[in-house]
Amino acid sequence: MEDLSFQHRVRGRAGGTRQNAIVGVVASGNLEVLVERVLPDAECVVDIRTAAMGFGEIWSAVIGDFVERYSPGGLKFSINDGGARPDTVSLRLAQAVRSIAENGQ
Amino acid sequence: MIAPIKDIVQAERARNTSFNEASARTRLALLLDGGSLVEFIGPEAREVSPHLKTFDLPEQYDDGIIVGHGRLEGAPVFVAAQEGRFMGGAFGEVHGAKLTGLLHAARRIGSIPVLILFDTGGVRLQEANAGELAIAEIMRAMIEARAAGVKVIGLIGGRSGCYGGGGLIAGCCSALAVSEPGRIAVSGPEVIETNRGVEEFDSRDRALVWRTMGGKHRRLLGAADVFADDTVQDFREAALELLELLGPVGTFGLDRLKAEHERLAERLRRFGRCEDAVDIWTAEGVAHAATVPELPADQFIALANRIGRTSRDAR
Repeated sequence: MEDLSFQHRVRGRAGGTRQNAIVGVVASGNLEVLVERVLPDAECVVDIRTAAMGFGEIWSAVIGDFVERYSPGGLKFSINDGGARPDTVSLRLAQAVRSIAENGQ
Repeated sequence: MIAPIKDIVQAERARNTSFNEASARTRLALLLDGGSLVEFIGPEAREVSPHLKTFDLPEQYDDGIIVGHGRLEGAPVFVAAQEGRFMGGAFGEVHGAKLTGLLHAARRIGSIPVLILFDTGGVRLQEANAGELAIAEIMRAMIEARAAGVKVIGLIGGRSGCYGGGGLIAGCCSALAVSEPGRIAVSGPEVIETNRGVEEFDSRDRALVWRTMGGKHRRLLGAADVFADDTVQDFREAALELLELLGPVGTFGLDRLKAEHERLAERLRRFGRCEDAVDIWTAEGVAHAATVPELPADQFIALANRIGRTSRDAR
């Protein structure tokens, strides 16, 4: 297993009022993303535990692209990864932002 | 009165969603009344397995099971749903403890039924001892809850089926609903083949696996009480049907267990010499038994209802 962590300054706060959300499942080629609204509005953190070693540069690019596109301010993402491909990771991150942007608990 | 739009949308989604293919979270979201699920020890608690790190394996924040409470047609229910894609839905220490705790809560309250959405290959081998203990604790907690008057209903239609210790726990439930892809057994096809040889059981013969362990056979044998088509809405309706069927729960105790043992002994006397599931269905009076695997759900349900149900004096 390899632990990775990325911190970004972001343009603005993510929408919605939910405090947390979870998407995905930890399985081969899949991952789960737990997203929590626990940070100051201009910050975003992504913590990753992955079964696939040595892909730090690709994670960095995928997360950088995601933060630029969605401006997920105030959100902390915690990922358990079962060796998902970059496109699956991007999809799950987008789903996570969308889930927490819904109103509710 | 006309149902609110959001309830209609929810039912429509549930009808269009395969139970077999949905995640545990989706199953619960669509099985229960919309937005009614309240989770205990949710993923944000990060109550993960203490063992998987040792094996350098990835963890899941809910350890592969969701437990909580919600509503079914307005009435409160406790629920547990296993995620069959995370380590085959297998029981580990935390996974098992969450279900045990839920059953303890149900026993204390006494009047709220429990729905368990099984999707499991059995005990998680990486935490074998803790997992085996968890199975025993769950079975005990379930029997205690039932003795306190709680109805415990198992819903089985996941990709991993319901095997190993999961099959034992299912056998302790008040009633079961199963779909065609849902399989119920203790030893899985490959386990039997490994231990007894390919002549005993060819695990690659999918038709054999399905007619021996699949939902149709379990319904016809009386192991499952209701056969559901593979949509979340059908399982919702099956759960409501079983709650209705069980009615006010009579006393569950030694007499009921003895009656269940007698039922199983009688089943063995009747069918013990059958070589194949088709022989059993024929012995039960099913005409053209060989065509049962191809029957669409509605025709199969009509057939199964003609064959009858397990007596409620047993189980």
